[in-house]
Amino acid sequence: MNDFSYTQATSAKEATSLLKDQPSAAYLAGGTTLLDLMKANLAEPPQLADINLLPFKGIEQTSDGLRIGAMERMSDVGENALVVQQYPAVSQALLLAASPQLRNMASIGGNILQRTRCGYFRDAAFPCNKRVPGSGCPALEGDHHNLAILGVSERCIANAYPGDLSVALAAFDAVLTLENQKGKQRRVPVTEFYLLPGKTPQKETVLEPGEMIVAATIPSAAHARRSAYLKVRERSSYAYALASAAVGLDVQGGTIRAARVALGGVGAQPWRSREAEKVLTGAPATEATFRAAATAALQGAQPREHNRYKVELAQNTLVRALQQVAAT
Amino acid sequence: METEPQFFETNAAPTVVGQPMNRVDGWAKVTGHAKYSAEYNQLPGLVHAVLVTSPVAKGRVQRIESSAAQKQPGVLAIFTHENLPKLAKTPDAPADKAALNSPMGFMPMTSDQVHYAGQTVAVVVADTLERAQYAASLVKVIIAPEAPVSSYQDPKAQLYVPKSVKGMPGVTKRGDAQAAVQKAPMQLAATYTHATIHHNYMEPGATTAHWEAADRLTIYETTQGVSETQKTVSLMLGLATEQVRVITKYLGGGFGSKAWVWPHTVYAALIAKAVGRPVKLVLTRPQNFTSMGHREEQQQTLRLGATKEGKLLGIVYDKTATTSPWDDYAETNSRIIGMLYHLPAYEATYRLAKSNVMTSTATRAPGDMPGSFAIECSMDDLAAQLGLDPIQLRLLNYADIDSSTGHPWSSKSLKECYARGAELIGWNKRNPKAGATREGKLLVGMGMATGSYPVHNSQGNARVRLYADGRAVVQAGATDLGTGTYTIITQVAADSLGIPPENVRFELGDTVLPSTQWSGGSTAAGRVSSSVYLAVQEVWQKLIKLAVMDKKSPLYGAKSADVAAEKGRLQLKANPGKGEAFGEVMKRASLGDIEGSALGRYGSNYEAPQTTANADPNKKENAAEHSMHAFGAHFCEVHVDPELGTIRISKWVSVIGAGRILNPKTARSQVIGGSTMGIGAALMEQTVRDPHLARYTNASLADYHVPVNADIPEMTVEFIDEHDPYVNAMGVKGIGEISIVGVTAAVANAVFHATGRRLRDLPMTPNKVLAALREPA
Ligand SMILES: Cc1cc2nc3c(=O)[nH]c(=O)nc-3n(C[C@H](O)[C@H](O)[C@H](O)COP(=O)(O)OP(=O)(O)OC[C@H]3O[C@@H](n4cnc5c(N)ncnc54)[C@H](O)[C@@H]3O)c2cc1C
Ligand code: SF4
Repeated sequence: MNDFSYTQATSAKEATSLLKDQPSAAYLAGGTTLLDLMKANLAEPPQLADINLLPFKGIEQTSDGLRIGAMERMSDVGENALVVQQYPAVSQALLLAASPQLRNMASIGGNILQRTRCGYFRDAAFPCNKRVPGSGCPALEGDHHNLAILGVSERCIANAYPGDLSVALAAFDAVLTLENQKGKQRRVPVTEFYLLPGKTPQKETVLEPGEMIVAATIPSAAHARRSAYLKVRERSSYAYALASAAVGLDVQGGTIRAARVALGGVGAQPWRSREAEKVLTGAPATEATFRAAATAALQGAQPREHNRYKVELAQNTLVRALQQVAAT
Repeated sequence: METEPQFFETNAAPTVVGQPMNRVDGWAKVTGHAKYSAEYNQLPGLVHAVLVTSPVAKGRVQRIESSAAQKQPGVLAIFTHENLPKLAKTPDAPADKAALNSPMGFMPMTSDQVHYAGQTVAVVVADTLERAQYAASLVKVIIAPEAPVSSYQDPKAQLYVPKSVKGMPGVTKRGDAQAAVQKAPMQLAATYTHATIHHNYMEPGATTAHWEAADRLTIYETTQGVSETQKTVSLMLGLATEQVRVITKYLGGGFGSKAWVWPHTVYAALIAKAVGRPVKLVLTRPQNFTSMGHREEQQQTLRLGATKEGKLLGIVYDKTATTSPWDDYAETNSRIIGMLYHLPAYEATYRLAKSNVMTSTATRAPGDMPGSFAIECSMDDLAAQLGLDPIQLRLLNYADIDSSTGHPWSSKSLKECYARGAELIGWNKRNPKAGATREGKLLVGMGMATGSYPVHNSQGNARVRLYADGRAVVQAGATDLGTGTYTIITQVAADSLGIPPENVRFELGDTVLPSTQWSGGSTAAGRVSSSVYLAVQEVWQKLIKLAVMDKKSPLYGAKSADVAAEKGRLQLKANPGKGEAFGEVMKRASLGDIEGSALGRYGSNYEAPQTTANADPNKKENAAEHSMHAFGAHFCEVHVDPELGTIRISKWVSVIGAGRILNPKTARSQVIGGSTMGIGAALMEQTVRDPHLARYTNASLADYHVPVNADIPEMTVEFIDEHDPYVNAMGVKGIGEISIVGVTAAVANAVFHATGRRLRDLPMTPNKVLAALREPA
């Protein structure tokens, strides 16, 4: 770990000004991602601006939907009654993530900005295009059993966001409120927040230097109230998804009126599947429909030798999640 | 000493051996008073050493740029192969490796050679850990890389048959196994593969080295054997054994990894001398993956021949594994395959590939653990092909004597283990047809497997000092890996002395105490308990001698041989009413205390008579004429999700016969731990090495998955009451390792029963389950 300065900011203005002219300075929320990266010398910020005291708090109903402050903790949000009732998939995504200790510490903003678990990225001894642009991607011919199959590029096949929350946020059309160093706010849907790796896997989100996540707002909807998050992993808890699905259905008289589908663990970014939603919408809520939706969702998959299983696994995960929601 | 366990609470009955007494060190551990080897922070002037390791797996160090690091505040020194003080002896030559009892025949940092990724290339010493870490991050090591061989699966790998592996010949033949298999009416062949596995003990490897004088070194070390560490370190540094003191009061797990002296321990000692300050060196978690061995990845091929009825005629076995560039190390899987059943003909061959990895090493039940997977899955296959119940097939092939030596067993309760395990899990409700039981979307299966582990040769000393006030101090330089040694030895001492366990203080983990061998190979419980028991007998002999010569004693004039000690009282064997308490004898002789010591050994031909009513004192068979093993059986039920590929264990039963069980509570914990570790190997544990760069990609506890609580169901553990007069004085076989043997096969056999598919590639992660289910049953 490098030497760094640490300041506890009391306002957004103070926090953003701490990062001015220091491109590698960083905001510190729960620290569960950032400190791990610092201990491995993968992030070496000269300045940490602690944002825990910032007023990015609260879980409240607004005209746009439920607004969740970026500094709320994963455990608090996951257990919040409004979230549990109106967005079961969001609650489940949070509570199936990480461990209780991490969830008590980790913030919503930090979760959205967590980094890939690609083993090559996490070890500075390896080349890695995401970490050192142009150095190569050893995962292509190496260990990629839990890397992505959708939206990947020849430069990088990582699931840049390996977690759960953003998958549910992407499914239910959540919008992030961002604030830049001039104090100006803008709103970006989660589905447009993450960038595909393409030729620049080092650039993962649309966040500008020094810009902060203030809140996430999830519109209320019938399909969000009837939703679920299903996560498949190598052990029963405390593991990242091999494949996951956040789904919501509005079924009336056996026909699907509206559907939302996003996949985790398989995409270079949280993978909203409008293809699957198209198949589902207006179709009967049957296993055949769910299968067809799953096939559509994985249509563009580009698996490699060790993650080929993810095509089938993601399809089955999606079908199972849809069945579970349809049965509620 | 403040760190010795305090007696806080016991639930001991009058005879404490065999009772589920609570851990005597429990209080110290939960209150943080237990001091582990990296916690001797009060040493004056303590400084910190941090390793700089090689990013590449093969090459030569060309240059090390350390000037920036050197200039950092607090940095005392930076050592590389160019300035590391010379060692008196290194393990690089095979003879020296053996003399040093070194786990690896290579000493990094004594040359420019890099043989594996994560190999130490420099050590930075600074006044604080943070400063040392930061300076270490500034050291630039320029290595001319060469293409590494990553494993036996690497196309560049060159396989060879070693002369021997761990003392076993590279090829073993008993009878004509090839012919026996070829002619057999039933033939089966299968290949099993195993991922690399790491011990992943909680407590990282750590050394604190303190030179108390130019010729007196004290090391606080994470080791399973203080005496072994003392010997190796003293030889490498050119000191007399006595000049090195090693202390390990508590250990946070070892599983075989901490059985040896690894290079970092020696660096800490060398560097402490060079900088003239005590040095603490703690491995980071990633460094633990490349500094203290692992269980090698391997492939096993087992061909068996059997009669139409299912009796084994012969086995031809082959193991291929990765080994380090300088060793022929491999786990000796062939042992268990050759002795688990009655087997007329057997041939076993080892093939190794020298690869650019750190050496593999003993890992909980080395050899027997993976070996049991091959034999026990094959037996399950054979049963399925013949339409026999798996237990029935095993009984048909039951080994009444050890086929590998021709010797009778010292004791064996395997039939009882099968019967009791079957009863506990409800085996009779199992549908004999595989793939036929469903619960909703899930496939349900029940499986079992046999386990066995030898009673290894070992010996060691113990000393007992009994005070006239009825308290005692018991000493042996053993280690408690966290398994309960403190507790069980306290129980044995209390019973043998006839005093309550609260009055016994058992001290271990220090080379100033009587030397005893390492805690490994499941030997400690049997050996240390026996030596303590025998040391107490010496105390009684001394006191009896005093009593019979003491005119004031009611025993005056009796023959020593006619007097016995019973619950702390010396009395006539023929007339127990005549006698007196030991305190009386001591008081009259003005003895404040009295000592006894003894060498406890494996294979003593009698056991503690006061705790076993029907011990036969006339039995004098030679231990060497018996085959000594613990046996057991694991049973489980699994639920397999055929669409998601997940396997969840829903029931677990282990029944073990392992001689005398000194404490059923700590013993049960051992079996739970071993089974859990085995379940980890079956379902999720694997260290992934990049096939081109030969460097691990998941060297952290976030990415290397060990089971979590939710993976493990309530476990039922029982022991068969077993009386073994041959293994040692206490009749104890040890349970640390048998607890894991057979576990992976029990899970795989249950998965087979659930799905009708055989998974032979561990761990059985969802991708493999899905692939297997795509194949026809
Ligand atoms: C062992 C382990 C297992 C895990 N398993 C899971 C899992 O199963 N599922 C899952 O979803 N996640 C998992 N996680 C990830 C975990 O959820 C994240 O580490 C956590 O959410 C990050 O939040 P934090 O507040 O600690 O972020 P920090 O570490 O404080 O910050 C992370 C990054 O975000 C930036 N940042 C934080 N807040 C803001 C803000 N408001 N505006 C702008 N930038 C900001 C920081 O500068 C930093 O770059 C796991 C983590 C670990 C260590
Ligand atoms: S997949 Fe991406 S993160 Fe992983 S090594 Fe390749 S470039 Fe780096």
